[in-house]
Amino acid sequence: MSSVRVLVGTKKGAFALSSDGKRDKWDVSGPFFSGWEIYHMKGSPADPNRIYVSQTSPWFGQVIQRSDDGGKNWHQPGTPAGEPTASPDGMPKGESNKFVYDTSDKTGKPLTTHQWYDGTQHPWEFKRVWHIEPSLHDPDTVYAGVEDAALFRSTDGGKNWNELSGLRGHGTGPKWQPGAGGMGLHTIVLDKTNAQRMFIAISAAGAFRTDDGGKNWKAINRGLKSPYLPEPAPEVGFCVHRIAQHSARPNTLFMQLHQGGGAFRSDDAGDTWQDVMGNLPTDFGFPIDIHAHEPNTVYVIPMDPNMRVPPEGKLRVYRSKSGGNEWEPLTKGLPQENCYVNVLRDAMAVDSLDKCGIYFGTTGGQVYLSPDGGDSWKPIVRDLPYVLSVEVQTLS
Amino acid sequence: MIRVELPTHLRRLAGVEGEVTVEVAGPVTQRSLLDALEARYPMLRGTIRDHGSVKRRPMLRFYACEEDLSHEAPDAPLPPAVASGAEPFFIIGAIAGG
Repeated sequence: MSSVRVLVGTKKGAFALSSDGKRDKWDVSGPFFSGWEIYHMKGSPADPNRIYVSQTSPWFGQVIQRSDDGGKNWHQPGTPAGEPTASPDGMPKGESNKFVYDTSDKTGKPLTTHQWYDGTQHPWEFKRVWHIEPSLHDPDTVYAGVEDAALFRSTDGGKNWNELSGLRGHGTGPKWQPGAGGMGLHTIVLDKTNAQRMFIAISAAGAFRTDDGGKNWKAINRGLKSPYLPEPAPEVGFCVHRIAQHSARPNTLFMQLHQGGGAFRSDDAGDTWQDVMGNLPTDFGFPIDIHAHEPNTVYVIPMDPNMRVPPEGKLRVYRSKSGGNEWEPLTKGLPQENCYVNVLRDAMAVDSLDKCGIYFGTTGGQVYLSPDGGDSWKPIVRDLPYVLSVEVQTLS
Repeated sequence: MIRVELPTHLRRLAGVEGEVTVEVAGPVTQRSLLDALEARYPMLRGTIRDHGSVKRRPMLRFYACEEDLSHEAPDAPLPPAVASGAEPFFIIGAIAGG
């Protein structure tokens, strides 16, 4: 029988929530790495027991953790799997992980500056890993989206990281600027039907696509709206919040954009975008996701654009079964009064059981599940720390 | 042996409890002490000094002998009491607010 494992990153550590395929009873394990911010954790599609974690702190910087046994044991990738974490004389062997922008003559790009909040130019400085995306086929290959925005790849299970510098070296780099949370590369979508194609998104630069495995990148922001930019249709400068793709329709992408933008859809792999906000109550939100078995069924969680909380204090997921434009509020089981939490961009995920489960975590520490595609909801846990990310593994 | 007090999160990361001690060859400076500390506890690389710049991370402070040594030059000698092991070298997470 299938089972599910929900990986929850919070401001105070990581948690794993496990259940059988009925999704009625849950075991909660954690906190792991207590006291540290866990921006993201995600399992390898090629080996579900391999889980990568971004553990970060404003004080102590970036650490990558890895499990090779489904979360029972963790190590920093400097310590090979299965080996003790201490040397024979008792000394720990693990290493932190090093993210250094590639400035080499042969493979790198000049470390230019990017735009700061006030419009002046600012040096590129590594701060943290926002998003980890394991390869679809190789457990040892994993991508990391970092702040200040760049894309890194490891091919040795997270021990060594190298920048795919063609992205940061895109000619528009000096025009990129930070969103309110920093200039993070927060979305990495690996195309299941084309190993050379990848989509990424940066706040606030926009969306980019590579068709050659990460060497060259194209800005794909045509058709997006932002009334705050001086030019009507600039190449970059958009605060994209999230992109989602369904493998059954790889050329169709859905996007949640910053306020002034809303929800968008592309049917040509991002070359052009159409507004599909329709009857959504606000144009602001962070996550967007797609039903596992219905590529035209999309979910968003609109927020008040000024307060970043549910409008009217009612926590509502909106579902479109028509690929956008026509949206229905989903409220059964969700608080419909006095609810003022947020749901961040990496905090929504779906499982692939026959009845697709939808999951999201809130800044109030609740993780909600809908076991029926959004028709009804229930909390798995209510009182975790502020949730930064939610990922789901469907295990057989 | 040089005595070093680590903040709780770094003690947990290094898998140690309480004060740690390291041997430093040659003059005892911030740089030589932190080099020795990172050699013995490699998982601390990048957590005290930035990987790229090798400068103190901005939200950490260095204290010893009731002095703030955070802004001392990396190659300046540390107080003799630290070099002799009589006093520990403190690595402290900066705290804003109260």
